[in-house]
Amino acid sequence: MKYVIIGNGIASIGAIEGIRKVDAENEILVIGAEDSPAYGRPLISYLLAGKIGPERLALRPQEFYEKSNVSLKLGTRVIAIDTKKKIVATDKGETLEYENLLIATGGIPFTPPIPGSDGADVYNFTNLAHAQTLISKAKEIKRAVVIGGGLIGLKAGESLFDRGVEVTILELSPRILSLAFDENAASLAGTRLEEVGLHVRCGVSAKEIQRDAEGSLKGVHLTDGDFLQCDVVVIAIGVVPNYDLAKKSGIGVDRGIKVDDHMRTTAEGVFAAGDVAQARDLLFREDRVIPIWTNAYNQGFCAGKNMAGRDITFTGSLAMNSISFYGLPTISVGTVNPPEDDDAYEVAAFLDEKKRSYRKLVFHNDHLVGYVLVGDIDMAGMYTAFVKFQMPVPEDAKKQILAGEPDVLMWPDDFFKDTWNPGVVEPD
Amino acid sequence: MKRVYPDKEYCIGCHLCELACITAHSKSKDLIIAFREERLKDGLDSCKKVFEKGDTCVAISCRHCDEPSCVAACISGGLHKDPETGRTVYDRNKCVGCWSCLMACPYGAIKRHPTESKIIKCDLCEGREEGPACVQACPNGALKFEERD
Ligand SMILES: Cc1cc2nc3c(=O)[nH]c(=O)nc-3n(C[C@H](O)[C@H](O)[C@H](O)COP(=O)(O)OP(=O)(O)OC[C@H]3O[C@@H](n4cnc5c(N)ncnc54)[C@H](O)[C@@H]3O)c2cc1C
Ligand code: SF4
Ligand code: SF4
Repeated sequence: MKYVIIGNGIASIGAIEGIRKVDAENEILVIGAEDSPAYGRPLISYLLAGKIGPERLALRPQEFYEKSNVSLKLGTRVIAIDTKKKIVATDKGETLEYENLLIATGGIPFTPPIPGSDGADVYNFTNLAHAQTLISKAKEIKRAVVIGGGLIGLKAGESLFDRGVEVTILELSPRILSLAFDENAASLAGTRLEEVGLHVRCGVSAKEIQRDAEGSLKGVHLTDGDFLQCDVVVIAIGVVPNYDLAKKSGIGVDRGIKVDDHMRTTAEGVFAAGDVAQARDLLFREDRVIPIWTNAYNQGFCAGKNMAGRDITFTGSLAMNSISFYGLPTISVGTVNPPEDDDAYEVAAFLDEKKRSYRKLVFHNDHLVGYVLVGDIDMAGMYTAFVKFQMPVPEDAKKQILAGEPDVLMWPDDFFKDTWNPGVVEPD
Repeated sequence: MKRVYPDKEYCIGCHLCELACITAHSKSKDLIIAFREERLKDGLDSCKKVFEKGDTCVAISCRHCDEPSCVAACISGGLHKDPETGRTVYDRNKCVGCWSCLMACPYGAIKRHPTESKIIKCDLCEGREEGPACVQACPNGALKFEERD
């Protein structure tokens, strides 16, 4: 087989679309451990919340796979890769040859050891099966404790709350959303959640999960001495790269699978992309794992084109998150919490608590390198342009950006023309 | 493929393209009803944005990029590239209103629908025989619908 892809998530779809940009002929085989067609992983919170039905989960219609000449082996797990013989072995006892292999195995939930967590009614929230379990559980339970106040934890909490469950979210650090957002944004989001009726507790975590003699879950002892009664615990702290398969096969790993600027791993003909990969960061020029959707697609897309024989350099991952809390939209792109002791950074922040509006812009020398928007997010893309294309911001333009009015007329002339009106003959 | 190319040398900032856009995307196909009623009642909004700085203006909308950032960002399959027509196609029924595309598109070509959790993006007036309404309405030839690849 010319192309084999392990994993059936968004990185995999990116790779299929990348391969087909170059090679319309040769067959692609996708092996995915989950049973269902590729679905929008972030959509599991919409499903749990009851906002969408299962029919809206699939990312691409069935005909996409037919038209793209992709065969799917779902409900099948790859258990070994032999990079010398160029074969993979599955849990169904098959061995399959590959010329080009993509490892897109994503992440697995990070689960810290908490006494009492082994046993019934402790769940994760990273895949469809978890969501389905929680949907059926939600009917019979009253209270849930969610461990983790990051993106996934808040989404799990919100969705369970929408199913009529009383929810407390625990976050060990002093504020929620500590990775992608700053204090002001986190406080606006936290206020919104509290207002709706969720409980958010920061600076505490679960010390022990209490069970009765039969092993039934009773509640959670907190690090501050409190006890919270509950029927289920959801551990939703985040994901770590799912690289064991690669590591076992002798493929180089660090924090994720190591890839070069063409998404190639250390093994010949083997590529990696998505939450499992440690790839070049656009802004920091170093390799990092940034487990977000857009990066997974883009890395897969780049890997796919290279697998099909092109010579494409990955432009670099860019951290970006867009997440709404009961109608309050928040967006964060690039570097949003720069080191405080570095004078090359300059931060401008505008907070209007009454209007629930916040705008934070982070400059590094004369470049915009990151921003946070809460409430009024409509200009987001225009800020993204400056971060992504790394265009310098001249002084007069900076005023306009600070005022919240970035636009395309601030772009350098040549770049503007190449982007919007290429190949036109200028009038004399 | 044919795309809409805005020329800032010719744009006079009259916003007629925006009016043509909302009319073409209205139920009534009538400018006055679209502007007066559907805009307020249904949240009808233009896919175009007009930027002005001094006497320079430009009217932009989705570029239907070859390798679109919005498609890479879409978590629901609500945006995809049609390999046959080359268009970046929006499926309103799949969209969950997460605003990832709005954040990711560096061309500012996506708007939030004013009242629903849906986006507004140029569809090149799909199905309209005369082609994109904005191009037809521009009084100074500042918008061209051409094949340039
Ligand atoms: C609840 C939730 C909400 C999220 N919301 C957002 C959001 O709003 N925005 C955002 O940017 N990101 C979000 N994310 C993160 C985003 O979903 C991930 O970054 C993205 O799914 C990564 O895609 P991937 O293809 O790399 O991996 P995955 O989506 O994890 O897919 C990997 C697939 O590989 C399969 N697999 C693993 N091992 C094997 C094997 N050995 N053999 C065969 N198959 C295997 C797995 O079963 C899985 O289906 C969210 C995540 C969660 C859990
Ligand atoms: S919405 Fe933006 S990224 Fe998507 S095709 Fe249009 S211009 Fe390109
Ligand atoms: S707002 Fe809709 S179209 Fe845009 S990324 Fe989200 S789901 Fe996709």
